Amino acid sequence: MSTATVDNNHSAALDAAESTDAHLITVTLRVRRYNPEVSDQASWVDYKLEMDPKERVLDALHKIKWEIDGTLTFRRSCAHGICGSDAMRINGRNRLACKTLLKDINPEKPITVEPIKGLAVLKDLVVDMEPFFQAYRDVMPFLITKGNEPTRERLQSSEDRERFDDTTKCILCAACTSSCPVFWNDGQYFGPAAIVNAHRFIFDSRDEAAEQRLEILNDRDGVWRCRTTFNCTDACPRGIEVTKAIQEVKRALITRRF
Amino acid sequence: MQIHKYDTVIVGAGGAGMRAAIEATKRSRTAVLTKLYPTRSHTGAAQGGMAAALANVEDDNWEWHTFDTIKGGDYLVDQDAAEILAKEAIDAVLDLEKMGLPFNRTPEGRIDQRRFGGHTRNHGEAAVRRSCYAADRTGHMILQTLYQNCVKEGVEFFNEFYVLDLLLTEVDGVKHTAGVVAYELATGEIHVFHAKAVIFASGGNGKFFKVTSNAHTLTGDGQAAAFRRGLPLEDMEFFQFHPTGIWRMGILLTEGARGEGGILRNKDGERFMEKYAPVMKDLASRDVVSRAIYTEIREGRGCGPEGDHVYLDLTHLPPEQLDAKLPDITEFARTYLGIEPYTDPVPIQPTAHYAMGGIPTNVQGEVLSDNTTVVPGLYAAGEVACVSVHGANRLGTNSLLDINVFGRRSGIAAAEYASTHDFVELPEDPEAQVIEMVESMRDATGNEKVTDIRKALQETMDTNAMVFRTEQTLKQAVEDIAELKRRFQRVSVQDKGKRYNTDLLEAIELGNLLDLAEVLAVSALARKESRGGHYREDFPNRDDVNFMRHTMAYREVGDDGTETIRLDYKPVVQTRYQPMERKY
Ligand SMILES: Cc1cc2nc3c(=O)[nH]c(=O)nc-3n(C[C@H](O)[C@H](O)[C@H](O)COP(=O)(O)OP(=O)(O)OC[C@H]3O[C@@H](n4cnc5c(N)ncnc54)[C@H](O)[C@@H]3O)c2cc1C
Ligand code: SF4
Ligand code: FES
Repeated sequence: MSTATVDNNHSAALDAAESTDAHLITVTLRVRRYNPEVSDQASWVDYKLEMDPKERVLDALHKIKWEIDGTLTFRRSCAHGICGSDAMRINGRNRLACKTLLKDINPEKPITVEPIKGLAVLKDLVVDMEPFFQAYRDVMPFLITKGNEPTRERLQSSEDRERFDDTTKCILCAACTSSCPVFWNDGQYFGPAAIVNAHRFIFDSRDEAAEQRLEILNDRDGVWRCRTTFNCTDACPRGIEVTKAIQEVKRALITRRF
Repeated sequence: MQIHKYDTVIVGAGGAGMRAAIEATKRSRTAVLTKLYPTRSHTGAAQGGMAAALANVEDDNWEWHTFDTIKGGDYLVDQDAAEILAKEAIDAVLDLEKMGLPFNRTPEGRIDQRRFGGHTRNHGEAAVRRSCYAADRTGHMILQTLYQNCVKEGVEFFNEFYVLDLLLTEVDGVKHTAGVVAYELATGEIHVFHAKAVIFASGGNGKFFKVTSNAHTLTGDGQAAAFRRGLPLEDMEFFQFHPTGIWRMGILLTEGARGEGGILRNKDGERFMEKYAPVMKDLASRDVVSRAIYTEIREGRGCGPEGDHVYLDLTHLPPEQLDAKLPDITEFARTYLGIEPYTDPVPIQPTAHYAMGGIPTNVQGEVLSDNTTVVPGLYAAGEVACVSVHGANRLGTNSLLDINVFGRRSGIAAAEYASTHDFVELPEDPEAQVIEMVESMRDATGNEKVTDIRKALQETMDTNAMVFRTEQTLKQAVEDIAELKRRFQRVSVQDKGKRYNTDLLEAIELGNLLDLAEVLAVSALARKESRGGHYREDFPNRDDVNFMRHTMAYREVGDDGTETIRLDYKPVVQTRYQPMERKY
């Protein structure tokens, strides 16, 4: 029977991961609260919590909601960075609450949590996502082909598939778009996420509507508004090189090659 | 209150709901009601792949796939349905590719395929490469592709609408579908949707377990709504525990990791699956592997200070292979455990994963009100439904397949029904039950908290109704759940508002989980045998004489208002495969 020596050379990281002694620490979550049913003013509220530093900010929000104040409102579903529900501004940076561990954001100081910017706040951390999804729908985010369908699959080389791999990872969380200063100032701008999703099709060798999409993005609210501040790339929880994708779309507009 | 009128209403915008919507929208006036934005649905969490005997990389055919599905389901699978699943798998995958799904490719540019548990060549000879995949994000790509095509087809969505009730109207003594009632999260308003046909595609109900791969929102709302209206639930005792969840958190690490060559090891570094499944080893079916893991743990060979987990070892695989084929799950290990899977093994334990049971349907997706009678106009597809293609244990990659095949079928069937039938009248006060449910919860002043009851429910389910069950543990679960249901009568919520009241909805979701947990425990207690995902230590063998049949659970309300669960049984459809002992 094959055996390996996994147990003998445990790394410190594995030991830490397997450790069962929870040393709880006190953290303060400073949450931006807003409920127009109660008051038209938003305010900061502090919550002191006993937490394991290995827990997520989402766990801390749940602790508040479940044990202290049930009115605290936020969206969430998967709890592991896959569904895109819980983008929020944590210590001034856009992140997913379920992918941010307390220990990774200095729990010694109060942790601020506020809604993402540039979209209307509806209640606490819940914002109006409609304008965001509208911009996405406007770039025609679906495969467009001409001629008869083949009976089997369309062929695509691994290199061609790789060409747009990065932008297929998008979970439409809006962390990028709502971190963009251009978008804050002008809600008409398509925003990085819509451009990322246009990129996903423009550079797909099977798609035949790149020209149309490029024309849409050539608009005055299109790619040219991007000022390459890289906020979007820093914000993306999926590690997509958002700014690079936008640059590639700009270049394709100039050269008409994709 | 608002009343809307649509030919076809689809409840849920995961893979099953959107696949149905693409068909139904072309054929009838269709609305999709979903409590989450479509792209937030848990189909997006699926990782490993979707099965289809494309034979792109090695010999394969749909008959082998049919056999594997039936054997994997421990012969509780309806064999006619399994055959449809395996046959239509090929077009289901090709359709997705044509819709734009970016599958991984072979050097020839075809859709690439990899190994997965229980999928074999020629009836069990060896593992076969049948799973079509896109890295370890297959579900994400399916969900995105289907949403993209819904945008293309102009599908009409009602986002953040919670369906809380199903409307049935009696016509000539037969209950017909009249629509559904929904609660709009943004405003608290109640909406009645009058419809000719309704498709439930509202997903699973794993959240009554503590360690689970399921999202917070997988609370079985569809199953519970149907059950409250007197419709049966089939095979609810069969719940799948996936072998490799991140220890204590339950976050899934796909079986594809073992398909790529990953190995399970105990604290001595031993590849223990060789003992339990000499041929398929780490790729035996999930129930077999999960039991093996717990056997290792119980016999003292578990890892860590408390010996309560084992390792998934990927350290022998080249980092390039992990980056290309398993990028997401390796990142989960880094993010949530702080370890580097290139060099460290990953602590794992079985995690509650998939509901094999659900609302009974036939192969057109039509819902049954007993063993044979169809409810006119009512359909179900996806994890909420039980066709039954998964029987006692679902094979990996067969659910993404199920949602596409039966999502499509039910979308077509529902729309065709809607275009050939008239509306039946709405029942009197159609919104009454939902208003009562919502208002009484909002006004309640009891001293019980949702979180305490939910925690206690998850504790008892993990302790008493998981991988190993006995009469004693299941009785304990039934007792605990009954007590929790009594406490639930005294539950109250803090948020009394109308706007985005998720506090209120979490309470309602908990009510659904309690009902469904009870059905699971009662059904499991009565099944005095072991089969697939249902393992009874007091009855360790499969008993085909007495239990080769589906459980059908009904809610009965006595004259004095007391609720009980009545169990009945439905024969399994057998075509050409005789039950055999299951070995891997
Ligand atoms: C982590 C993970 C990995 C998996 N990997 C694989 C895999 O590799 N291969 C495979 O074949 N299977 C896999 N599965 C199983 C498979 O992903 C699911 O069974 C399948 O995606 C379920 O799809 P669905 O459409 O039925 O439900 P879901 O995708 O869960 O969608 C449910 C929908 O219903 C809506 N809804 C729920 N309640 C209500 C309500 N009350 N009112 C209105 N709308 C409602 C939700 O908003 C959502 O849109 C995996 C599962 C998990 C959890
Ligand atoms: S590109 Fe990244 S940050 Fe932007 S929406 Fe997609 S996943 Fe979110
Ligand atoms: S809850 Fe799904 S991404 Fe955070």
